[in-house]
Amino acid sequence: MPRFPSKLFPLLAILCAGLTAAGCASTPPDAPQANANATIGSLPGSQTSTAGLESTRPTYAGPWEDPTNALYKRTIYFDYDSSEIKPEYVVVMRTHAAYLGSKAGTKVTLEGHTDERGTREFNLALGDQRAEAVRRVMIADGVRPEQIATLSYGEERPADPGHGEPSWRLNRRVVIQY
Amino acid sequence: MSRHQRLLFSLLAVVLALTGTGTAIAAPRLNIEITGGIEAAQPIAIVPFGVSEGLIPPVDVASVVSADLARTGKFKPMPTRDMLDMPTSREAVDFRDWSLLGMNNLVIGQIEPDGTGFRVSFSLYDVFRGEELTSETLVSSKSGMRHTAHRIADLIYEKLTGQRGVAATRIAYVTSSGSGDSQTVTLRVSDSDGDQPQTIVSSSEPIMSPAWSPDGRRIAYVSFENRRAAIYVQELGSGRRDLVASYPGINGSPAFSPDGRRLAMTLSKDGSPDIYVLDLTSRQLSRVTDHFAIDTEPSWSPDGQHLIFTSNRGGSPQIYRMPASGGPAERISVEGDYNARASYAPDGRSIAMVTRINGEFRIGVLDLERRLTRLLSSGNLDESPSFAPNGSMVIYATIHGGRGVLAAASVAGGGNQRLSQDSGQVREPAWSPFMQ
Repeated sequence: MPRFPSKLFPLLAILCAGLTAAGCASTPPDAPQANANATIGSLPGSQTSTAGLESTRPTYAGPWEDPTNALYKRTIYFDYDSSEIKPEYVVVMRTHAAYLGSKAGTKVTLEGHTDERGTREFNLALGDQRAEAVRRVMIADGVRPEQIATLSYGEERPADPGHGEPSWRLNRRVVIQY
Repeated sequence: MSRHQRLLFSLLAVVLALTGTGTAIAAPRLNIEITGGIEAAQPIAIVPFGVSEGLIPPVDVASVVSADLARTGKFKPMPTRDMLDMPTSREAVDFRDWSLLGMNNLVIGQIEPDGTGFRVSFSLYDVFRGEELTSETLVSSKSGMRHTAHRIADLIYEKLTGQRGVAATRIAYVTSSGSGDSQTVTLRVSDSDGDQPQTIVSSSEPIMSPAWSPDGRRIAYVSFENRRAAIYVQELGSGRRDLVASYPGINGSPAFSPDGRRLAMTLSKDGSPDIYVLDLTSRQLSRVTDHFAIDTEPSWSPDGQHLIFTSNRGGSPQIYRMPASGGPAERISVEGDYNARASYAPDGRSIAMVTRINGEFRIGVLDLERRLTRLLSSGNLDESPSFAPNGSMVIYATIHGGRGVLAAASVAGGGNQRLSQDSGQVREPAWSPFMQ
């Protein structure tokens, strides 16, 4: 559905103020354009159209999809060949642990990933250990074990397909998937 | 897309891809390129085969045989355009001419009709002695002509080197194109020269670690369809498959025992990644390693008595060996801070592995008696080495021009080739056993 140009808003506001009785405010947001040429009242030669305001609030499956929410950060990055959690990511895990602690019915999968260096199956094991490391912290922070599954993809699903450190650093990660 | 939508899509993609697994799907072929090392090779002339009047064979047998022999790194077939004469029978051969052209050996042959198929006969000669070394006749269907040509190449190779040839074997490999949620991953099987590729599994989720059964009739692999890792064993003839492992955590690194009855694998269901052996008949699973470090990438010794595997129990990934029934493990890789994904040569005397040298990942062959590692590759992200069933070559994955391709190197030195697709990535080659 197209958005209204913003310069139309003052006009719409005035029209709505004067025509509430005509049901302007209750026009459904996804009303079709069919009434665009409807004549309102009996003003001679005047063509007026009305439309409801489209909701500008996007709908999310959960707060983790909302960029303004702290749960939006769902990735924990790792050093090369390491499954040790770096201090700067503790807050990310705590935030999710607190949310999951309050939502016993919500489940997550911790997806472990590595960069492309090293053998594929060893990397599968390394991704598993990264996911396990995150799982342990979240359980220590009060998440019920049955709320967390782990899945290692090793190097099979890189976030960035390049062959260098700028890509690799983005690929060594655990993603908290709701 | 939400996770559930993605899950639905990937399930759908797998279902679509797997509909009718009974018939493998023809796929784009691998282009093969010889990339060096034929200077020391033996000169041989494979004369275009004579064809009965009115017969049109679907394959140029002599050119397939020439290409097969060139790929071994041990032979240098004469280009057809340099031949002064193209005899198709013994009477028409003048050995002095071939001797003057510097040929050690000569092959001539004939193709005749046989029902709806063909009868292909060939003779191999020693040019200096003017003697026939071997002569055979093979019956072939029309669609089997390339395979017949590969078998002829193998018979010539065996006669001249004393070692069984591998032209009539196959390779399995993984391809991928696209990325993220729109990627397509396939598991394919082609002839050893990359020809006649067929897709045996296709998915929008990763496929990994193809492993041949010793009879060449089944392939085990890891698939992430359904968004979880699982090990399947698929019968090549029918396309039917069996789910053999789908535990929480890793289900990886399948490896058939030499008798084909057991499958070694890596599972992390009990904590850290460890090696397990599944009896394929009784479905009994036994754990063979139990260590808090990573244990993975099991491979059987040719006699089935030992398993070698990768472990970082000593700090860095190294190769260890243990009795297949369980017991103490001893480290067998000696140099370097990263040695992984080892597999035995068919004679059990050496292993191929991935080894890190100055930050670059190369393919090395470790001689188990002399404890020396020799490098076979020169890339920086080389991986997944797999021995040809006669032990003469190792096929592996490498990056060329920014893309994943396959490469094969002669173990003795002096023969290299590259196999790539016109587009997309190719990886994880597994060389088949000898086909029955």
